[in-house]
This record gives sequence, structure tokens and C-alpha cells, in this order.
Amino acid sequence: MSTFSTLGVVRSQSATAIVESDPRTGAIATPTLRIRPTKGWAALNLRELWQYRDLLWILVERNIKVIYKQTAVGIAWVALQPLIAAVILAIIAGQVAKLPSDGTPHLLFVFCGLTIWNYFSQTAQRSSTSLVNNSQLVSKVYFPRMLIPLSHTFSTLVDFAVTLIMLFLLMAIYHVAPSLRLLAIPGFLFLTAMTATGVALWFSALSVKYRDTNYALPLFLQIWMWASAIIYPTSMIDSTKWQTIFALNPVVGFVEGFRWCILGKSALNPTIFWITVGMSVFALLSGAFFFRRVERDFADII
Amino acid sequence: MSHIALSVQNLSKSFRIAHQRSRGYRTLHDELTTLPRRLMQRLLGKRTSTSETFWALKDVSFDVGRGEALGIIGSNGAGKSTLLKILNRITEPTRGAVDIYGRVGALLEVGTGFHPELTGRENIFLNGAILGMTRAEIKRKFDEIVAFAEVERFLDTPVKRYSSGMYVRLAFAVAAHLDPEILLIDEVLAVGDAEFQKKCLAKMEDVAFNQGRTVIFVSHNMDAVCRLCSKCILLRHGEIDRSGKPADVVAEYLGGERDQAPEINFSPIDSEATLRFAGLYAPKGRATSSFSASESVLLKCSFDVRREIEGLQFSFAVLNFKHERVFYSTVSMADPPLSVESAGKHTLTALIPGRLLLPGHYFVTLALHTPKTKLYDARREALSFRIVAATTDRYDGFSGDDLGQIYANVKWERADESGAPLAQISSSMLASR
Repeated sequence: MSTFSTLGVVRSQSATAIVESDPRTGAIATPTLRIRPTKGWAALNLRELWQYRDLLWILVERNIKVIYKQTAVGIAWVALQPLIAAVILAIIAGQVAKLPSDGTPHLLFVFCGLTIWNYFSQTAQRSSTSLVNNSQLVSKVYFPRMLIPLSHTFSTLVDFAVTLIMLFLLMAIYHVAPSLRLLAIPGFLFLTAMTATGVALWFSALSVKYRDTNYALPLFLQIWMWASAIIYPTSMIDSTKWQTIFALNPVVGFVEGFRWCILGKSALNPTIFWITVGMSVFALLSGAFFFRRVERDFADII
Repeated sequence: MSHIALSVQNLSKSFRIAHQRSRGYRTLHDELTTLPRRLMQRLLGKRTSTSETFWALKDVSFDVGRGEALGIIGSNGAGKSTLLKILNRITEPTRGAVDIYGRVGALLEVGTGFHPELTGRENIFLNGAILGMTRAEIKRKFDEIVAFAEVERFLDTPVKRYSSGMYVRLAFAVAAHLDPEILLIDEVLAVGDAEFQKKCLAKMEDVAFNQGRTVIFVSHNMDAVCRLCSKCILLRHGEIDRSGKPADVVAEYLGGERDQAPEINFSPIDSEATLRFAGLYAPKGRATSSFSASESVLLKCSFDVRREIEGLQFSFAVLNFKHERVFYSTVSMADPPLSVESAGKHTLTALIPGRLLLPGHYFVTLALHTPKTKLYDARREALSFRIVAATTDRYDGFSGDDLGQIYANVKWERADESGAPLAQISSSMLASR
């Protein structure tokens, strides 16, 4: 059989590229893979992640399928859940607490914030338990472990898309005209995805070692939500200096940015924008490096 | 150097065993509440030793050549699976190095990449990708995988509705079609029915021999190790205890201590007939437990019969390294038959002819009994001996392969084309089919 005919097309599992081998003798001069104990901080090894992109898509596909298989209402849950939450929060914000909403209807205002927040919190929550849920895989097969939490960053986009359609419907109901600003949504979504992935990497790695991480995270996210401008506008804070400090929470930046895209009214300014970009990058990189550092023990302790 | 597929140098892996906690994992809560105390301890330079280092692997070194099949055997906890996990990069070594020349595929446990909610088709892609195949590769192999697993009709059924047999078949099929240059296999054949196990072994043989892949095979199935592997390593407490030809290493593993004494005195038991002594001797009367293949083996045995027992038999059986009986012999089979019924001390010899047993490791079980009625005394595997292939012997080069149980003294002759006896034999053989 063609032992070596496939060599040209298969990719090596290792970080180093497959070494060209002589098709007749199969002689390879240098190892395709070196295994050595590692210590301290490890490189991100993006190349390997790229080599395994097929697995990433299949994992993403699996996440989506598993969520919607054998559910009666299926995708409707995704639409209903934020809508119900938004109605309740809008009533609290508008009728009970009488919070400002930059002059937009409360429901639209809150739903707008929730759309992006839900994407963020769901990504963080689903991926934080993902490693432990897939312990069978982690302890039995090798592949870049980062793919497991990362797959949720992508699969949660389905929920986001459904919520976004709901949001567009609400815009139509409230006669809010769409504008070219909508084109900036992917940009803010990207920032959100970066931060969410960063948080997800931190928590998924922690949850392998500390199982109570999964109890801590929902609480943490709850507090985070109230600390971010979801049901109230950042403009409530009247000093620019404090707004800037407030924006150190990256969620503020992309919620305000998202609102700017949809409603046109927002406290977003270049300072806040760049702080958000910086914080998102920091969240992602710190999460990724932390993950790589503790990853090597996963199989032994999971 | 160019023909090496995998090289392992001084590989060690340690685990820390915590003594204090019974829970396997720690909680964030624990960590935070004990933080001040631990900080103080660190500042004061005190170290509380609540854990102990356990070496799962200690300085293991070996090379595997391209196209070679290496078997790894050892009792549970000897470090076999840890070794495979390191080779497969699931876990990192503590010390040492591994160099791998080629793509590695692993089948460490069947069905680990399966998701119960997904269909067979979806799981083939998922599992394939987890094992390191690209989507295009899986597509190319898809039909072959499905055919091997025999699940065509259930491709679009979620695997949670599969029978366990179907599940295993599908998982093995995906892994077997991986096309790696180096295949790591861990005890996967313990599952599935006999027929499927046979199919798996055949596929593995195909991978190892016909396709020239390198195979590293961890198993408790000694038969499979002997058949599939060209080399074998015995791990004991994380160290290589012995390596060499599979049959020798397997014999060593199963035989326990090496070079057992050729003579043994039995302490008498409270029975009407009791064994006292047994020994093995070379033709010149030298006590030994190592014989050349052409040498005969003399078994000498003494026993006490305290009162006359009608129908008493002394018998022995020779067992191979897999503890399977090769043959059995009893005094009444002797020509003329020997009687051991009378009271008193009996000493007998039994000569096992040369060119009967194949090179390998054997055990001798002794018994005093009246057939189908009573067992007076039995010593299971009381003696063990080795048949060694001498270099001048015709057996040389055969040891360790699947040659069957005995050396048959078959008469070979060249027959002429029109020979009547040959025609007779072949027609009678056809008739018997």
C-alpha cells in the first residue's frame, strides 16, 4: 500500500513542519517531533492551532448540533431567553429605577446591550466548563487543548446571530432607521470575542485544577454585568475622567460601541475605544499564555 | 540512524501523591483560605511535606526501527500507559527526551472522541479530526471506514443508540484508517467480540507487516504480542526489566523469577499420598532447568504412599508460558504400565524426549490422584524449565514465532509428479473438506 504517497499531503502533528523524506527509503534526517519536558511560559504555537483548524470547525459544528438536537423549540430558546430577560430588565430600568437610556425606548436600549453581553457571557460560561466536560478527550488524545474553549467562541456566534435578528426586528418596531454604522458591528463583535476568549481561557484552565471555578464564574459574570453599562448608559457618569476609568472594563467599550452601531447615541469616544482595544488584547493574550502554561498538566489532573 | 522511527532516551515521569487530601482535586476556595498560611510557610522557609514523589517511569530508553512492531508488556501500574501517553504527547515527561520520525497516530482507548448525540457519520469526522486527520483525508477514507465497521445502515443514527459492539467497531475503523507512520495502540482489543478482535488483529498485522508502519503495542494479550511484535519490552515498576524477542520476554513476565532451581523438596502434607521431591536433569545427570532443543529432559520424582491405595496414579503435565497444557502423562500410560499403589516410598523417572518441545519456557505440574475420584497431592507449576535453541540447531531462528505447540517429527520427501501415493492423499483430503 501507499505508505509514503500520503506523506506529501498529510500534515505533521508537531509544531515543526514535516521533514521531506526520501520516498524510497523513508529516511528522515531530523525528527519530526521532539518531546522534551517544558518549564515556565510556553510559546502560543499558533502554527499548530492553524494546522488543526479542521478539528476546530468540527468541534464548533459539534457544539452547535449538540445544543439543538432533541430540543422541541430548538433555536427559539435562543431568541426567547434574551427577549424575556430584556423585558424584565427594561421594566426595572425604566419603570422602577427610572434610569436614563440616552433617549431610546428602554426595551430596545436594554436588548441592545444584552445582545452583545449574552454573546460575551455565554462564550465565557460554555467554554469554562468545556475542558472538564471533555475530560475523556483531554486525557486520551493529543490535540491543542486550546481548541476546546476556542470552539465555543465560534459556536456561540449562532446564538448571537439569532439575537441580532431579533434586535433588527425590534428596531423596525420602534422605527429606528438602520445606518451605515451597522457595518462596524463585526469590529465590536471581534473585540467582544477576544475578551470573551481571554476570560474563557482563564476560567477553563482554572476549572481543570479547581472544580469550584464553575460555581464562581456565574457569580462573577453576574457582578460583571451590573458593573457594565447594560441597563444604564455610560453617560450617567458625568465626569469624563470617571468614564475613562469605567471603560477599563472592556465590556463597557464594546457595549457602548455596539449601541453606537445600532442607535447612534453612545458615550463612546476615541479614548474609551482604544482602552477597550488594549484591554481586549490584554485579556486574550494573558488568557492564552496562562492556558499554555498550565496546559501541560491537564491530562494528569483532569 | 535513518532507519529509526522513534527514539526514547532516559525518559522519566513523576507524579506527586498527596497524602493529606483524599480528594483528587483542589478547590479555589481551599487555595484562597490556605493562602496566608502557605505564604507564611514560604517566608519562613518551612516546607510541609504532604506529598510524595512517585516515579511512574524511570530512565526508560529504547529505539524502535522503521517498520518494527514493538510490544510493551507489564503488570498494571508498570508504566505502560504512561509511556504511551508521553509518546502521544497527552502528558509531558518529567525528564528525558523522545525523538519521533514521522506522523504518530494513536488508539489509546476506543471511542474517546465520540459524542453520543451525534450520528455515526458526524462522529467519523469528529473522531478523525481529533486523531489528526484533515477533513479531506477523512472524506477520502470514509467509505473504507464504514465498510470496515459494518455500520452502513446506521450512519445517520446517533451513536447513543448504537450497540457497544457497533460503537467499538466504528471507533477502531476510524483509528485503523489513520495512515500514521507510527501507530500507538493501547489495549483496545480487550473489547468487542471474538470475531471482531480477530479482524482488528488482522488489520493491525496488515498495518505493521504489509504496509511497513511502525507499531507500538501495549497489551495484556500475550498471544497477540507474540504474534504481532518483532521486539518486546517488559516494564516493571516504571523501568525496563527486560527486552528482546517477544516469546522470551513474555515467558519472563509470565514465569516470574528467572532461573528457578531445578530441584525441589516438598514439605509433606497431611494426605495418604504426598510428594516429597522433584528434579529436572540433563542426559548426563546434571540438574538443570535449561535444555537445548535436541536434549531430552529427565524428570525425577519421589513421593510417599502411606497405605496401599487402589488405582493411585502419579502424573505430570507440561505447560507452556501461556499456562496452556502441552501434554500430560501418567504412570498407567507407561509401557509396561507402572504401579504406584503399594505403600512406601516411590521414586520414578520420566524421560521427555528431545525434539519434542519448541524453544521456550515451560512449567511442570505434578499430581498424585486416583482418576476422577480423589486428588491426594498436586503441585501446580512446581518446576519450570527453558528449552533453548542452540545456534547449531535447526530450531535456531524459529524461536518466538507462532510455530504451534510442539516440534512434530514430520517426514518430508520429494514426490515425483505422477506418484500414486500423492494423488491418493490429495483426493482423500479433498473428500474430507
